[in-house]
Amino acid sequence: MTRPGPHSRIRPAGTIQAVAFVAVVAVLPLVTGQHWLVSLLVFTVMYAGLASAWNLLGGYAGYPALGHGAFFGVGAYAMAIGTSHLGVGGGYRPFVLIVPIAVGTALVVLPIARLLLRTRAAAFAVLSITLMFMVQTLAYNIRSLTGGSSGLIVPLAPFPAATFERPFYYAMAALLALTLAVCWVVRTSKLGLALNAVRDDEDRARGLGVQTELVKLVAFAVSAGLTAAFGAVWAYYISFLYPGFAIDPLLALGAILMAFLGGRRTLWGPVVGAALIGPAQQYFAYRFGASQLYLVAYAALFLLVIYLLPEGIVPSLARRLRRLRRASPAAATHDQVATDSIFSAGDLG
Amino acid sequence: MHLFVQATIVGILFGGVYALIASGQAIIFGVTRTVNFAQAIFTILCAYLSYTLFTDFGIDPFLSILVLVPAMFAFGIGIYVLLLRRLSRSGAELGLLVLYGLGIGIQGVLDFVYKTNTQVITPSYANNSWTVAGYQIPEVRFFAFLLAVAVLGTLQLIRQRTKLGRALRATTQNPVASRLLGVDVERISAIGMGLGVAAAGAAGGVFGMILPFNGNTQYDLLSKLLSIAVLGGLLSMPGTIVAAVILGVVESVVAATISPDWSAFSFLVVLFAVLIIRPQGLFGRRLRGAL
Repeated sequence: MTRPGPHSRIRPAGTIQAVAFVAVVAVLPLVTGQHWLVSLLVFTVMYAGLASAWNLLGGYAGYPALGHGAFFGVGAYAMAIGTSHLGVGGGYRPFVLIVPIAVGTALVVLPIARLLLRTRAAAFAVLSITLMFMVQTLAYNIRSLTGGSSGLIVPLAPFPAATFERPFYYAMAALLALTLAVCWVVRTSKLGLALNAVRDDEDRARGLGVQTELVKLVAFAVSAGLTAAFGAVWAYYISFLYPGFAIDPLLALGAILMAFLGGRRTLWGPVVGAALIGPAQQYFAYRFGASQLYLVAYAALFLLVIYLLPEGIVPSLARRLRRLRRASPAAATHDQVATDSIFSAGDLG
Repeated sequence: MHLFVQATIVGILFGGVYALIASGQAIIFGVTRTVNFAQAIFTILCAYLSYTLFTDFGIDPFLSILVLVPAMFAFGIGIYVLLLRRLSRSGAELGLLVLYGLGIGIQGVLDFVYKTNTQVITPSYANNSWTVAGYQIPEVRFFAFLLAVAVLGTLQLIRQRTKLGRALRATTQNPVASRLLGVDVERISAIGMGLGVAAAGAAGGVFGMILPFNGNTQYDLLSKLLSIAVLGGLLSMPGTIVAAVILGVVESVVAATISPDWSAFSFLVVLFAVLIIRPQGLFGRRLRGAL
């Protein structure tokens, strides 16, 4: 659909945003040679992608998924097993595995998704996190494949020490771009409208002829597949897997926190949230270790965001801008459309 | 066969403790429509508190319940008033995330105060057991079961025979209609939350005598509580109790006959199998709504 004119899905402002975003993300790691800083960037970009992938199911479709750690872990273990058992080889070759891992996870998850999606709201939240606990138990117990609680080593990547993080960073960034592209396509297509309808009133949507089962399944599978892809890159990057870290209940919570802070159901919200929280999270972990104060700070931030910014930054800013424009009618005539799409807040469609 | 029966006995006894904790969760879900993702860490918190009361003051864990239950009742009311009440308009699903976040914060504090080594409360009778017809009955588990039955019986009496109980049940069924009929829904919800958290307070001490615990054990317990909640149908008290006892038995039998590694997992398999047939759980009704 590439109709020209004001009804086109591709708007000038959107294109500018996309180009600017790609440019910034591409240049960022070249600015600094500090390993810890680049490492922080890798994790931030990863979380931006994870939060955006979560947004597909948790935001657009409104299904409170808490178990994305399961898909992340599946991707991570698939990468580790692929590189160490299947003999894919070193260097850049493991990155090729990302595609089959993402597609495979999306397909394998379908029957489970069908089962989980029979429940809604609280029951769905509970079952999704229960699924994560199941996968974690499997990772602990199938020792021949995962090494159990003694962990699994992924062969260290043979990249030059000075720029060791760069390949991982660009892999994460490419996945983030893909995730955002998927989100954008979903938002501007009939699928997005259907997910929107599911979130507002699923029974009525079904009554009106929306294929609710199908769109929910698609959102679930795509969200899970993308999450697994990030897990795969992560596994190669940190090169050591342990069930408790690879399949972590806090992973989904982190992604949700970022989506909430930035504005769930918006395109850029999860990215904004990750850009703000990701570095802080890494800094806390670096400063205090994976220790107690880290958990307390995390919980406090979480509660603050939910109570003080329930809508998120992007929608709040958008509303403020709209109000400003209404206050000065002269400015309103300028680029109404452009400003609207910069903060494509609120609901879809 | 002997092993099987023995494991079933132990499982039923501990299933009572699960039933106690999970019933509190069901009461909370009833009045707030929020799954209490912090019920596990509340239990661990009380296990730690009775650990301190036992090691520093020599108070028996069964006696410390007299302190912990009222304290946790007040704590529950505080959480409702400070955190959940404000959310009631913007959707109860958010409350689940709030309680989850709160639970992680409490875990952080517990890890800080008590360090992360696993603890277990060991009074002098911790390892005693009676032999009845060839079967071992551990004393602690037996008394824990009696405690659970007593507390659950009291809760049931409150719910069925008192004015407060009627208001609780009415609020659970339909908050709007209850309000129209003169029920102070906010007050009743606060009390319901208090009762639910107090149930964790009653169970904390015995939990800490039976299983080794630390802050991170909350995930293990949480996954069990959530499974029980879904299998029991979230709202239903009988459903919750039945599901909890099933969990206790499945867990114990699998641990004895196959391997302790798979005991929790086997229950999750049971849960998913039931859900294929009945998405609303054993006793539940369909729920609607979204985050």
